[in-house]
Amino acid sequence: MDDKKDIFRKSEDFLQMLQKTREFTEELLKENERLRFRLASYEQNQDPSIREDHQRKIQELVEKLQDLEEQKKLLELRYRQVEEENKDFAHRYLEIEEQNNNLANLYVASYQLHSTLDFNEVMRIVMEIVINLIGAETFCIMLVDEKSSELKIVTNEGLDEFKNERIQMGSGIIGQAAKSGESYYINQEVDSLNGVDFYHPLACIPLKIKEHVIGVIAIYRLFVQKEGFTAVDYELFSLLAGHAATAIFSSRLYSQSERKLTTIQGFLDLLTN
Amino acid sequence: MEAVDGVDALKKLQTFKIDMILVDINMPVMDGLKLVSLVRQDPKVKHLPVIIITTEGAEEDRSRGLALGANAYIVKPIQASQLLKTINEILNNNNHHRK
Repeated sequence: MDDKKDIFRKSEDFLQMLQKTREFTEELLKENERLRFRLASYEQNQDPSIREDHQRKIQELVEKLQDLEEQKKLLELRYRQVEEENKDFAHRYLEIEEQNNNLANLYVASYQLHSTLDFNEVMRIVMEIVINLIGAETFCIMLVDEKSSELKIVTNEGLDEFKNERIQMGSGIIGQAAKSGESYYINQEVDSLNGVDFYHPLACIPLKIKEHVIGVIAIYRLFVQKEGFTAVDYELFSLLAGHAATAIFSSRLYSQSERKLTTIQGFLDLLTN
Repeated sequence: MEAVDGVDALKKLQTFKIDMILVDINMPVMDGLKLVSLVRQDPKVKHLPVIIITTEGAEEDRSRGLALGANAYIVKPIQASQLLKTINEILNNNNHHRK
């Protein structure tokens, strides 16, 4: 009996709660309706000039935003351009540094070549340039024998076994380079560990005074650490072609004139005594 | 000042005032490594900076040269500017230490 009463009481409570919820929801709906009405009347009653002003400001802001977007695009474009320029400058800096290195080498070589008139000293300097600045391990310097028109080895590095070899002008790679005055190069990739083939050098540089060839430098092997000829090597070759030839020729003339002078002096001494 | 080999270099070191030694490894009579080692043992000249300039490009040669007391090890072919840079660096370091 008590249980039934309890259930009945609970159902009454629940019904009351539902009733309250319904009332609250109705109140909320009314409030919502009221606010919507107020908003609509507020919008209707608003001053048109203020509305226009707002519209204008919004339009201005939109335009400003578009301007800023444009500026941003331009700045991004400029940034990319500057970045490209920066890369270009870095690249040019490296190029200039390399050229600077090359010029320093060429300066040293040219300065040394013209520092003496002693033939043996000139030959030693040419050899030093070929070893120290070009990086050749095996090479020889051959000069033209005017009487026989043959190329003879005057000094060499690592080619003692060929020191008595002679090459006719126009014969083979070396003779042809000497005859034509044109330098000859092949890549270091030719297996340089094998024995030297005297008639097939890696490079053959004619020593020229104007168009007159006085000899050649033939290179057969480079140092292990040197992978091949570089741009500065070709510059050095062209410098050697001219300046080494002049230095060798001048020193030969000088030593000949010295010899003749001594002979004449001796002859004069003999006559006067 | 030039010396024809290691022995000649040692004589000249005792006779002349030298600021720096540039030495090759492959030399007649006495090689460059021996010279470096003797220079470093001689109280009169052991403070001198030494640069080895050589065709011997192997890492063990470089390590050996530096271990014997060389200040720098340059492998041929030489870049003149690199050599000048190394010389300047060593001389600057030496001046700095003296100060």
